Amino acid sequence: MKSDITFGQYVEGNSLIHRLDPRMKIVLSILYIVTIFLAKSVTAFALLTLSAFLLIALTGLSPAMILRGMRPLLFIIVFTAVFNIFWMTGDTLLISLGPIKIYLEGIINAVLIILRIVLLIVATSVFLTYTTTPLALTDGLEQLLAPLKKLHVPVHEFSMMMTIALRFIPTLIDETQKIMNAQKARGADFSTGNLLQRAKALIPILIPLFISAFRRADELATAMECRCYTGGEGRTRMNVLRSTPKDWAAAFVVLVLGAAIVLANLYFPLYGLTL
Amino acid sequence: MQKTPIIKAEHLTFSYPGDAESKPVRALDDVSFEIEEGSFTAILGHNGSGKSTLAKLLCMVNYPDSGELLLCGKDLTAPDVTEEDILAARRDIGMVFQNPDNQIVASIVEEDVAFGCENLGIPSAEIRKRVDQALEEVGMTKYARSSPHNLSGGQKQRVAIAGVIAMKRKCVIFDESTAMLDPLGRQDVMNTAMKLNREDGITVILITHYMSEAAMADRIIVMNQGKILRDGTPSEVFSDPEAMWDAGLDVPQTTELLYKMRKAGYDVRLDLFDENDCAAEIARAMKRAREGK
Repeated sequence: MKSDITFGQYVEGNSLIHRLDPRMKIVLSILYIVTIFLAKSVTAFALLTLSAFLLIALTGLSPAMILRGMRPLLFIIVFTAVFNIFWMTGDTLLISLGPIKIYLEGIINAVLIILRIVLLIVATSVFLTYTTTPLALTDGLEQLLAPLKKLHVPVHEFSMMMTIALRFIPTLIDETQKIMNAQKARGADFSTGNLLQRAKALIPILIPLFISAFRRADELATAMECRCYTGGEGRTRMNVLRSTPKDWAAAFVVLVLGAAIVLANLYFPLYGLTL
Repeated sequence: MQKTPIIKAEHLTFSYPGDAESKPVRALDDVSFEIEEGSFTAILGHNGSGKSTLAKLLCMVNYPDSGELLLCGKDLTAPDVTEEDILAARRDIGMVFQNPDNQIVASIVEEDVAFGCENLGIPSAEIRKRVDQALEEVGMTKYARSSPHNLSGGQKQRVAIAGVIAMKRKCVIFDESTAMLDPLGRQDVMNTAMKLNREDGITVILITHYMSEAAMADRIIVMNQGKILRDGTPSEVFSDPEAMWDAGLDVPQTTELLYKMRKAGYDVRLDLFDENDCAAEIARAMKRAREGK
């Protein structure tokens, strides 16, 4: 029984992006996100969208899969789009039906906002979740944040927690499915009734799920102890992170993209974004 | 040659603390035994017989209330024992648990195998070498980069075993590691356990309630109500099926069949655990009986 949720799951591969240093990938995704927020004009967004397609092509992942991963966020995307279309005012009135007025600016704004959300997801999923193993990711994060250890921030502990959380997501999804089936077999009904009734129907799923998660946590803690885990002190790693010229080249490319976006904003300020 | 005991337990006692409603539960009651280095021992017992509690004591997850426990000659129940001594003892004793899911830490097989070595602070290149060897040994090399989530139960247990091998432990305790597996997965894990013992000379302690698995060991310790009921080779332990049945345990099906044959008046041996040997013995006995008439 495989879960069909792809968001936040590593996809095996050996592309250029896969092989980048996870530390650099974290930095790159931050840079890319900053770049996305810098973009204001239609031209800048066109450029960004193009770069996103290139990025996806570089990873060798199927765009359909990335789109599927966005399904859970559909509501937010639709909500912001509708919000922008109806509330935004501008100069070019397109439709006027009583109190409802739709402006061209509103539509463009909505499209750009959607693009921004989609690009943000693409950036983080392409750089991080799809192409970096969760362990490499937390490893990278741990090393990036290592200086904070001096301030007594429990960096290793956080990264360990994240590793374990990521490791158990698919396991718990499977378990949820099993419990749901078990409750359905006893006549539980999850699909009818009003919102309150449906929420109530979830209780018999959540309680066994939580109990089992705590039991798992307890067993895992014992297993980790038996494998001599004593915290971050004195630990070595099998895979040591090394940045290569490729990483720096990638950083350069993303910085150039950022500069291009700023320039596009300045020199081609076609329908600027107002949010 | 006199082998040194890797584990020596003297009068171990352990109780689980009770809560408001229940009294403390005595799980182990005056248990003494020795395990020789390089041996293959099975610990048999039904649920609640204390066998898993014993495993938890042996890998120092729980501490005995009284009695002495020596691991590799080091007394871990001495009053002056330090946290370091316990950690050092843990390095030598590995454990494979019942639920394959709840002992895998990492999302990539090889990184999970490396986890224990990383905790020991072994240099990276050495870890790499050990992990590759360990995966090779359990036959999981081609899954090195895949996610444990996509493996079968038996494969997950083999990954856990690889983790133990990579840490170069002297002794491995299998705490009902086959209980949640299908017959194929069980076979896999048993074969790997046998290989560890026969080829690498690692001491194996197999905690189980499958009689057929226990019959593969050199020695069986039968636990009942926190005490050792019997201790001996499989033929010794299974020679008295009535005593085993009284303790709520079974004997291998072959032994049961032979025992019933014997009660019916046939002259058969009881200590045959292989189906073919058993069939041959029955054929012989029946032939003898016919000729006797």
